[in-house]
Amino acid sequence: MTTPVRVPDLSGASLASLSGEMRSMSPVVSSRQRRWRVPFLFIVLLATVAVFAPALAPYSPDIPANYDAIQNLAPSRAHPFGTDGLGRDVLSRVLFASRISLSLAFASVLLSLVLGTSYGAIAGLVGGGIDRWLMRGLDVALSIPRLLLLLAVTAFWENLPLTALIMLLGTTGWFDVARLVRGEVQRLAQQDFVTAARATGVRGARMLRVHVLPHLVPLLIVNATLSVAATIALEAGLSYLGLGVQPPTPSWGNIMAEGSGGMASQWWLSVFPGMATVIAVLACHALGDALRDRFALDQVPA
Amino acid sequence: MGEAASQGVVARLISRAVQSVFVVFVAASLTFLLLQLAPGDPISAIADASNVPTEVRAQWRAQQGFDQPVATQYVRWIGNVARGQLGHSTSQQRPVRAVIADRLPNTLLLMGLALGASLLFGASLGAWQATRTGSAADRAVSFTSLVLYSVPEFWFALMLLFVFSYWIPVLPATGMIDVAMHGSMSSGARLWDRLRHLVLPWTALTVMGTAIFARYQRVAMRDALSEQFVRTARAKGLTTWSVYWHAFRTALLPTITLAGLFFPALLTGAVFVERVFGWPGMGSALLTAINSRDYALVSASVIVGSAMTALGSLFADVLRALADPRLRRV
Repeated sequence: MTTPVRVPDLSGASLASLSGEMRSMSPVVSSRQRRWRVPFLFIVLLATVAVFAPALAPYSPDIPANYDAIQNLAPSRAHPFGTDGLGRDVLSRVLFASRISLSLAFASVLLSLVLGTSYGAIAGLVGGGIDRWLMRGLDVALSIPRLLLLLAVTAFWENLPLTALIMLLGTTGWFDVARLVRGEVQRLAQQDFVTAARATGVRGARMLRVHVLPHLVPLLIVNATLSVAATIALEAGLSYLGLGVQPPTPSWGNIMAEGSGGMASQWWLSVFPGMATVIAVLACHALGDALRDRFALDQVPA
Repeated sequence: MGEAASQGVVARLISRAVQSVFVVFVAASLTFLLLQLAPGDPISAIADASNVPTEVRAQWRAQQGFDQPVATQYVRWIGNVARGQLGHSTSQQRPVRAVIADRLPNTLLLMGLALGASLLFGASLGAWQATRTGSAADRAVSFTSLVLYSVPEFWFALMLLFVFSYWIPVLPATGMIDVAMHGSMSSGARLWDRLRHLVLPWTALTVMGTAIFARYQRVAMRDALSEQFVRTARAKGLTTWSVYWHAFRTALLPTITLAGLFFPALLTGAVFVERVFGWPGMGSALLTAINSRDYALVSASVIVGSAMTALGSLFADVLRALADPRLRRV
């Protein structure tokens, strides 16, 4: 009656993927269950490109010796993505930028997951008045637009180094994770296995680590995937405004910034790094969507 | 939902309004904190550029109260924000209030038109998809909206600019009006000029919003269509369209709730879109302020943006109360 369903190897996904399994009783769903594969492949491909960028890039990302001879060249066989105003090969810069743009997004999302999970788990486990105040605080934090806050910080501190940028994106990106985790922790706290664990004397950190956190894994994976997408786009935007990653370090956003002056004459500076950004963001969104359906996590907003 | 219904809509709106005031307070405190932590102060931002001697700087600091204890400065700043006195913009050489009065309506016009259109197009598109989930058309539209949702708004705006202003030059690239010609136009031509300038920025914001709302509405409508009341309505013999209308209204509620959450995204989009198209709104004023270290205008933008977001969720609550008869009972 049912087609066999292969469960992706995501340890700790037990409960949520079980309910995903229940949904897979019709053959239509089983093809949907594998929807995560194509975007996942794209992400692996992008990560591979980032890791092997020095081997793959035809030129150095820095200013070449003969720069005055090869400035602003349109795409050609020698320079498939053209060259920029300083004679640098745009393809090579896009490849090297993938390292910066992807690792920056990944690192800052990791930080925000740690912060958000801690805050949400504490609020969910403690409950009562403290929980209410913590949640009210989150409501307020979510009302302050993240971009404006980031713009204000970059205005007051010019030319932030990469680590500062990661910290900044991480510490402003954890509010929605905290809310989701808190809801899930509250739901889990009412489950029989938690009551049973409590009856045997399990408390505090051990309860969190052994009995609650493993069940949060699907939620965190889905949220992290979607957050990486949002962060790649946000970093590209900030760098496009000249407030994110500072040149000469290439990022997809700051390559586009160099092209924004001469959109009509140097379209290749905006088009190719933009397409790289779109592919990365799209792959993460598609993976997040597919995993959300796979784990049947209705509480994560689209 | 349940909480909202039992709490009563008025009580809920009041608590939202109180929260909005609190949001503004937090935003004001946050900008103050940033300003204190930042290297240098507004005086050095101006003075460094023009090589002002130390004595004059000290005099300026005393004049503006920057030599006072931090607590005094903080109380004064909060008091000023509460009275709507946001200081003097150094990049525009006029009071911040005047800049806001001048620029904010332009941003609100752009955002309002984009929000209305996105909600209309997105809700219809999502509902249409929900009536044929799993079909080729549904999957094609879903994929398209996922792609559009993944395109950073500034890049989408750049591509629109490239295609419609440079490649096929049919629409103006920047501004809100044709500055040189606008004065000598007839009123009909002026309206036409404004519309032509509005098309590209509005499209950039609306396409993004439509993609988001279509995704929400599709899921909400699909859920609504699988509910008992739809089966009852069908069994009663209602026409397909009338059944869809019932489901559509039900599905609109979660979508409207999300419209409040969509506000920050719209604001972010507006900042980038204003930049790309040179739209004279708060976003482009903010970006100019950042480049010239105009601290007063930057702080004011954070406060105004936060207030707008808080009011946006308040507005979504009001809309939802209007759309849901259950919430109208006080």
